[in-house]
Amino acid sequence: METRDTVFIALFAAIMAALAVFPPITLPLLGVPITAQSLGVMLAGGVLGARRAALALVLFLVLVAIGLPLLAGGRGGFAVFLGPTGGYLVGWIVAAYAIGLMTEIFWTRLTHVTAFAISAVGGIVLLYGIGIPWSAVVAKVPLWTAIGWSTPFIPGDLVKCAIAAVVMVAVKRSYPIITPRGAASAPR
Amino acid sequence: MLTEAYIPGTSPLHRARPLWKVLGLIVICTALFAGPGWPTLGLGGAAVLAGFALARLSPRHAVRALRPLIWILALLFAVQLWLSGWALAGFVVLRFAVLILAAALITLTTRSSEFVDGLMALLAPAPAWVPKARIALAISLALRFLPMVRDLLEEIRQAQAARGLERNLIALAVPLLLRALKSADDISAAIYARSFDAAD
Repeated sequence: METRDTVFIALFAAIMAALAVFPPITLPLLGVPITAQSLGVMLAGGVLGARRAALALVLFLVLVAIGLPLLAGGRGGFAVFLGPTGGYLVGWIVAAYAIGLMTEIFWTRLTHVTAFAISAVGGIVLLYGIGIPWSAVVAKVPLWTAIGWSTPFIPGDLVKCAIAAVVMVAVKRSYPIITPRGAASAPR
Repeated sequence: MLTEAYIPGTSPLHRARPLWKVLGLIVICTALFAGPGWPTLGLGGAAVLAGFALARLSPRHAVRALRPLIWILALLFAVQLWLSGWALAGFVVLRFAVLILAAALITLTTRSSEFVDGLMALLAPAPAWVPKARIALAISLALRFLPMVRDLLEEIRQAQAARGLERNLIALAVPLLLRALKSADDISAAIYARSFDAAD
């Protein structure tokens, strides 16, 4: 791992925090705010690649855990991991890694369509696959109830996948950082 | 720049090492999920309330810690009430309240810088394959980048507002990422120029 990678990791942790200032839309009945931060998870994977994206999310969540109010709505501290939605935060690391991995694999064929599919698989299917069972266990509710809680967020997440896809392709064209899987890493 | 949740004080809880506080939180957390139910919940709740009193925190701080989750806890209570009755509904919601207050207690009595120092002290005896210098660099860079990225975003927002695009996420995200990545490359060049790699 190079110093340049360390800088990108730190940078994306800060970008995640910056996305928190977009005002969250909280549905009063559901409590889970719809924020631009899950967009940041998709962008981390799609811009940095698997390893750096996962480490950037780990760093961001460490900063949250030590009490900095970096989550949307100014939330932070250990408490956010212990609440019913803690699984989604941990899932961010896995989702960012998966999105990064898929982006590396499809790098030479990355279009708006493939980028959207990658964001949806990692940022919706995988993320919900971790967050839903987690909240079902800690809140002691049946799995179906937990699934019902999260379905209202899917439309908003699909919009975020579309935005992420456009941005991923734009960044690939103008400032590519990812080296595709299988290709020999070019010397800088 | 950043407002921490930290409340200054001199209580034993403020002075305890961050590592012990985190270990205490893990113990409470495990006990609440693995314990026999109401007895552990009562014990945990009493311990957390005692902690708030010991740290001389006011009930206001406890309320502020619980407020972001009030809707979700209310919904959870309603669902549990409907599914399984008063006892379990009260238990699950109270358990969350105790967990959140326990976590808030640590956040309120510990500075972020103490956590970073604690983390570094914890890593000091770690084996050589743990990239300690890089972890320290990543944390300090991230703290430095927070205001930088926020300023960058604000600048781009104003520029796009002049074009009527301030609500367009794509028009904000693309220039934000490109400019941020460019400055990250400038900063890594500066770090290389100072031979940081030689020290690792």
